[in-house]
Amino acid sequence: MNRKRTLFLPAMALIILLGLQSGVNTALAQPPGQRPSLPPIPITSDTTHTLTRHFVPASAAKKTPDAKGFIQRWLVLEPVKKDIARNSILTDSYLRTTLSADNFSSDYTIIPKNGQTVKVGDQELKWYALDSKTFNVNLYHFTYAIDKPRYGILVWLVTVIDSPEEMKNVRLAAGANSASMWWLNGQEALTIPGDRDMVADNVTSQRLTLKKGKNVIRGAVINGPGMANFCLRFLNEKGAPIKNLTISYR
Amino acid sequence: MKQRIQIISTIVLLLMLLSATAIAQVGKPFIHDPSTLMESDGKYFTFGTGGGGLISTDGWTWYGGGVRPGGGAAPDVVKIGDRYLIAYGATGGGLGGGHNGRILTMWNKTLDPNSPDFKYSEAVVVASSDGVEDNDAIDPGLLLDPTDGRLWLSYGTYFGFIRLVELDPKTGKPIEGNKAINIAIDCEATDLIYRDGWYYLLGTHGTCCDGANSTYNIVVGRSRKVTGPYLDNMGRDMLKGGGKMVLDATDRLIGPGHFGRTVLENGVEKMSCHYEADLDQSGRSVLGIRPLLWKDGWPVAGDLFKEGTYEIESVRRGYALELAVDFVRMPGGMRFNRNSDEPIKPVASQQLADVINTWPAGNIPARIGDYMGRPHQKWTITDAPNDTTGYLGGPYYKIVIAGTERALAATADGEVVTVPKFTGASEQLWRIDQLIDGTYRIMPKLVPNSGKKLALVSIGDSSPTLAEFDFNSDNSKWNFKTH
Repeated sequence: MNRKRTLFLPAMALIILLGLQSGVNTALAQPPGQRPSLPPIPITSDTTHTLTRHFVPASAAKKTPDAKGFIQRWLVLEPVKKDIARNSILTDSYLRTTLSADNFSSDYTIIPKNGQTVKVGDQELKWYALDSKTFNVNLYHFTYAIDKPRYGILVWLVTVIDSPEEMKNVRLAAGANSASMWWLNGQEALTIPGDRDMVADNVTSQRLTLKKGKNVIRGAVINGPGMANFCLRFLNEKGAPIKNLTISYR
Repeated sequence: MKQRIQIISTIVLLLMLLSATAIAQVGKPFIHDPSTLMESDGKYFTFGTGGGGLISTDGWTWYGGGVRPGGGAAPDVVKIGDRYLIAYGATGGGLGGGHNGRILTMWNKTLDPNSPDFKYSEAVVVASSDGVEDNDAIDPGLLLDPTDGRLWLSYGTYFGFIRLVELDPKTGKPIEGNKAINIAIDCEATDLIYRDGWYYLLGTHGTCCDGANSTYNIVVGRSRKVTGPYLDNMGRDMLKGGGKMVLDATDRLIGPGHFGRTVLENGVEKMSCHYEADLDQSGRSVLGIRPLLWKDGWPVAGDLFKEGTYEIESVRRGYALELAVDFVRMPGGMRFNRNSDEPIKPVASQQLADVINTWPAGNIPARIGDYMGRPHQKWTITDAPNDTTGYLGGPYYKIVIAGTERALAATADGEVVTVPKFTGASEQLWRIDQLIDGTYRIMPKLVPNSGKKLALVSIGDSSPTLAEFDFNSDNSKWNFKTH
């Protein structure tokens, strides 16, 4: 009996091992023909077009940069629809031509009013004064929230920075998906061409001066496919974020 | 087709020659057994065997003119307070036949023979060997211990042991009652240095004084105590012949020996030595200056910068320095999901001729972007023509977009641009130093209208500028990559 059991157990082990082995081989082989389509993933996210999910309508309350110096309060214009198949077309030249043509004003110090509509080409577009709930401003969330085109868009932006004193040798540091251009007090400060990702401090301006009092920042973010967003802050001479600013939309 | 192959072969050969160029010091840098480099009166000095020494105003071009009385061999120098202590071996280390040796020290307030303060004190004997004992008192190396201010002298050659004795940093004489101890065997030209809690003993092994056939090479061991034991990376005591390689011969520079360390600033260090034979300079013994790197706590000789065409990579994110020009797409888009039976053929890289006409004619800003192997990202770096100046260990370089004369230049407002044509102006000349971690610092010779010493820095991932060098920041570091 004992001897039989001794033989029986290794035999069973061999059979199980061979079975497992064949299972492994089957699992590795590519099944022939088309696979059946997978069932759709049920939507559990909130699909409503709600601006307050990611933004707070800007108020007169004092707003300062966040703990890392990022500017979260912006006037955001509804998107200008653009036909952009690939972001690699967003070269310096393309940006200059397009932003010059599809512009609501060539006065880069102008401060639009919250709720005001402006004309860009044949499109009537409305300004929204918003505080982003995150360090960056997600323009995909914005355009989804207001139920406007989410891809192939140009979004104009304005904010007003109040500086307690003149600050020399500061740099405007931005990251945007995809391309963008930025102006400070009417002067071009930064161009970010190409198929970019939203990376903090991806590009910085040359040394600039923030004047005491109000400084107007104008921006334009342009994106084809994918998510559009940006982040922006100022860095001091040592590369540290500048936080003693107040931000308004007026 | 054949002609084309010949042209390509010629270009490849030229590129190989270009990329192989790496020269030692220029001028008349002829010396044997150089002392550690010293700065005095705005110049660099090193002294060698037989008396005399070399002087350089910039660290790149060296000429004779140094004055060291006493003859003998292989001096070393250390600065203590506002004075220089010079040690030298009065004898020849067995070359003359005997091993009866003496080490002497003397002081001077300056190393510049043109200075009114130039006057050596009387030399005093600080160590000796009787010709029978297992030591030959030549090849002194001096260390002023930065942790406690004590002064140490190592000395000796292949005849027995390397010895260590303490000297009085006020007098340069031996401390009364102090006895020399053995710290290594069967090497010569030792030098002691200290870094981050370790004492390092550098020694030279191999054959000296046989030109291109010299097998001289520099090795190192380290110890937590200045008195040893000095162990190599395998735990082998230098008293048993241990030593980890710091520098041996390269293709054209043969037989390095007589290590000396120079710390320029945090992260920027150089080592000096002599090569027994520089095959590009008649096979003569010349002064060598290389970057000194530190890897896992061990000193390693860095690379002499080689001329060539490179991607200049910012260590900050890994992006590459480039012209701020429109990106030009290559033909074709998505290449996957194709008929797999299609014949496979190579796709030509984008060429300069494909894009150069899209570039503006005037100044073009520099930018940093993800490397794509495109013409606006390839930089040819060569020794600047018609410029004989340099810095410790290297000449100034011309940096242009490959195949063009469009040159990288510093601007008066502390930024970087490219100018359409290289003129040789100082703001277009660049200093390249390999740092102790193997990355590089790139600095303009001159920032116009500025007395500041600035380096090429990544202030954003995509934004180059000029700013003060900070070794602790990857913003200040660059790599030169070939593909």
